[in-house]
Amino acid sequence: MIDPEPLWLTAKLALITTLILFILSVPLAYWLAYTKARGKTVIEAIVSLPLVLPPSVLGFYLLLAFSPAHSFGKFLENYFDVRLVFSFSGLVIASIIYSLPFMVHPVQSGFAGLSPSLREASYTLGKSKWQTITRILLPNMRSSLLTGIVLTFAHTIGEFGIVLMIGGNIPGETKVASIAIYDEVEMMHYNNANAYALILFIITFIILLTVYFLNQRFSRSSYI
Amino acid sequence: MIHCSIYKTLQTAQGTINLDIFFEIEQGKLVTLFGPSGSGKTTILRILAGLTSPQKGRIAFNNETWFDTKNINLPPQKRQVGFVFQEYALFPNMTVEENLQYALGKAQANAIVQELMYVMDIEQLQNRKPDTLSGGQKQRVALARALVRKPQLLLLDEPLSALDSEMRLKLQDHILKLHKEFNLTTILVSHDFSEIFKMSDTTMMLKNGKISGQGIPSEILVNEPGSGDFQLIGEVINIEKENFAYVISVSVGNNIIKINSSEDEAIQLNVGDKVLVSLKLLNPLIKKIS
Repeated sequence: MIDPEPLWLTAKLALITTLILFILSVPLAYWLAYTKARGKTVIEAIVSLPLVLPPSVLGFYLLLAFSPAHSFGKFLENYFDVRLVFSFSGLVIASIIYSLPFMVHPVQSGFAGLSPSLREASYTLGKSKWQTITRILLPNMRSSLLTGIVLTFAHTIGEFGIVLMIGGNIPGETKVASIAIYDEVEMMHYNNANAYALILFIITFIILLTVYFLNQRFSRSSYI
Repeated sequence: MIHCSIYKTLQTAQGTINLDIFFEIEQGKLVTLFGPSGSGKTTILRILAGLTSPQKGRIAFNNETWFDTKNINLPPQKRQVGFVFQEYALFPNMTVEENLQYALGKAQANAIVQELMYVMDIEQLQNRKPDTLSGGQKQRVALARALVRKPQLLLLDEPLSALDSEMRLKLQDHILKLHKEFNLTTILVSHDFSEIFKMSDTTMMLKNGKISGQGIPSEILVNEPGSGDFQLIGEVINIEKENFAYVISVSVGNNIIKINSSEDEAIQLNVGDKVLVSLKLLNPLIKKIS
């Protein structure tokens, strides 16, 4: 029988990462979609980096940064008494960076896809930017938001390299399901590995299926 | 009273034009703005509404300065303008009634929403979403929504261009009614000559970013007023040669008029030209048909 802890840890990590990323990405995507600032392309490239960089590269640099032997890690440890290496909080931060493009890109194209006149109409009706975003823009890009949320969630479930680099394999702390599979295979427990793998396979498939189904309904309902 | 003097360089499909405009409009007037596409009509409305900033100039409405090169540029939220977009810009996530309610100010009672839905004859649509409405219905909702805040200045960016002629005539009447009832100052961008004649107190012709003519429509649109007994404005839809004469078909409203013309006249015309048809020395008969 497999230990369910890695599965719970995976779910917890995915949920927390998705929630924080959503809150961070909406303003970032809004800015990227509408700004004419020169620095925009640089920021866009940085956001997209995790798409092409090997997770081990990202993990390696985060490991260095978080390590108490280096300045940033030392600063965190001295002033906040936090150590991010080999801890759950460290995993969350790494996941946020690693899944950033998966949230920002759909939300950004959601903003960009809305007719500018919706925003302008709201302004001429005396409404602030905040009111316009929360009551007009976001409700009219539900399918982009859903895509961002689900891709981030599923992508975090599937993380491996970066987790291994900075989280290691501490049961109950950083041993998520994908690490558990690797662990079981190393120990030749193929049945256990299969159980974890199958569960991940089914869950991610169901998640993606739900998104495509809901997206189809969103796009249809707007014409009925 | 609106005072508007603005300067802005625009990049258009036809190249760079310098928008250099000065006009003043008295309170309560309905003014139309017309000119070829790319001449800056929409930009003028957007600048008045605060959606686009000019490079320099001054805009004042009833002694309140909205824009001054030096230091004033009120955001659209503070300008008390009703703006109707060409593509309506209704909020798809809200019903007709919610679209209007969204525009309510903080201390404003819901009564104005009901009143506007009644005036615009959209009460029976109040629970429908915009995507289920026809073009004419959407336009009525957009007009009603623009007036919820009781603006004094109403800006209409070719609001009727996408509608068929019957719906267009009906909406023209609606606009005229609202214009009077709410004591608005209205600026309407239009391509349609008959609409300009029917609606406007004065009209401004825009060419290459400048106002090339301003006055009552018949003076501006008809460069050389004919001496005929009556005049119609229409569009050439066909030019045909028959023996030695030409037959020119002109569409006026919903009717097509065929006119015989000489070769000299015909070669100056192309299909799509706006023309003035005037009749001389005739005593027209008027007969009741319904």
